[in-house]
Amino acid sequence: MARNSGQTAGKKQGRATHARSVLVLVATRKGAWLYHSDATRSEWRADGPHFLGHTVNHLVLDPRDGRTLLAAAKTGHLGPTVFRSTDLGRTWKEAARPPAFAKAADGKEGRAVDHTFWLTPGHAGEPDVWYAGTSPQGLFRSQDGGVTWEPFSPINDDPQYRKWMGTVQDGTPDGPKLHSIIVDPRDRAHLYFAMSGGGVHESLDGGRTWVPLLKGLEVVEGFDRSEATFHDPHCIRLCPSNPDRLYQQNHCGIYRLDRPSDEWVRIGKSMPQPVGDIGFPMVVHPRDADAAWVFPMDGTSVWPRTSPEGMPAVYATRDGGKTWRRLDAGLPAKQAWWTVKRQAMTADAADPVGLYFGTTSGELWSSRDEGRRWTCIAQHLPEIYAVEAAEPA
Amino acid sequence: MKVHIPSALRSYTESSEAEASGATLGAVLADLDRRYAGIRFRMIDEQDRIRPHIRIFVNGDQVRDLVQPLRATDEVVIVQALSGG
Repeated sequence: MARNSGQTAGKKQGRATHARSVLVLVATRKGAWLYHSDATRSEWRADGPHFLGHTVNHLVLDPRDGRTLLAAAKTGHLGPTVFRSTDLGRTWKEAARPPAFAKAADGKEGRAVDHTFWLTPGHAGEPDVWYAGTSPQGLFRSQDGGVTWEPFSPINDDPQYRKWMGTVQDGTPDGPKLHSIIVDPRDRAHLYFAMSGGGVHESLDGGRTWVPLLKGLEVVEGFDRSEATFHDPHCIRLCPSNPDRLYQQNHCGIYRLDRPSDEWVRIGKSMPQPVGDIGFPMVVHPRDADAAWVFPMDGTSVWPRTSPEGMPAVYATRDGGKTWRRLDAGLPAKQAWWTVKRQAMTADAADPVGLYFGTTSGELWSSRDEGRRWTCIAQHLPEIYAVEAAEPA
Repeated sequence: MKVHIPSALRSYTESSEAEASGATLGAVLADLDRRYAGIRFRMIDEQDRIRPHIRIFVNGDQVRDLVQPLRATDEVVIVQALSGG
């Protein structure tokens, strides 16, 4: 269970930042793009493609220096790697030792990283630490800014965790993934991660030991919810303004967790029934822990994973999930069958908050007013896998 | 010996051919990695398996095992093998 910071769950107001510029990082199936804007966020300049032809699963700016970028990449032919830039993408250098599992003992079947899926910068007090999550599920750490990576043996090689990870058939169509690696901003040793499949997990000792965090989460009907392997969290976010509050978009609904409780509450039950509470991404407000956004998809019958009824919309809550409001002004009103993947929706830290999402059909959408009005700022990109908003130095 | 490099790996070698030496395929690839850091991991995974969409031929015959003995006069051809959109 998480340590109690003394904060109570609920609304916490933070202070708005005054961004000089905003950078939106777009990772796609066939390369990466950087979109630059000033504080008005009204005009965008495209920089790309970077790594044309590479599948880029995540592109992240280090908030601790505002200029180091890490890109998780691979191609159809070649194995996975991590590229690093210290000049906002003008030049790139490959990691000297990308994330890779330990070599198996003779006679044992060892695992190989297919792709690095998720990148998380470490705690502000550990400026060179990064975490990575891979497919198949693995957790990795770098202590030198992403140049060399070491496996987390308590997860990657632990018999219980290996059982919970299941096989490649227990994950997404693109392989089982470890994602949503979260570092508590108050405590560098307090970590969370999630696995699709394999559930949500927490460590209070910097990753030496881990425990599942599954109470309250539902699983597909007929399966045992006490078994981590049957849990499929899609995306988890910690509220920067109240680190005791987490939101989760799961295969089986939308949830909120208020520590020190260890029981998730299904807040998606209050979504409109025809839309439901199935989706991939989860976005939280940088200063208001009661505000969050989701992008629902069709999770009925054979799971089309498209916008419900072909009418895409963001849904927002301003009261911690008690009520939800549809936000679709500017989005296509009909016959739009795309969706938004788990890493492909995010918020900036400006006031009002800017929201961004990328679609499976290669469109990049933004809102400068917390979702009230949407504008398409790029189209005809490859399938978008991840979108991050950042403030460069 | 001469090693033919596919286009996907020429960002490392900047050439379609490279020189490397070793008594086995594994030794040749290790030598190649010493000359062009990082190139081996893009072809060979951490369990020393040739990646699914990489093929390696020695004197025209496909080789599937890194312990394959080689002679200095052998010709190694690395091929990228993948279809799809």
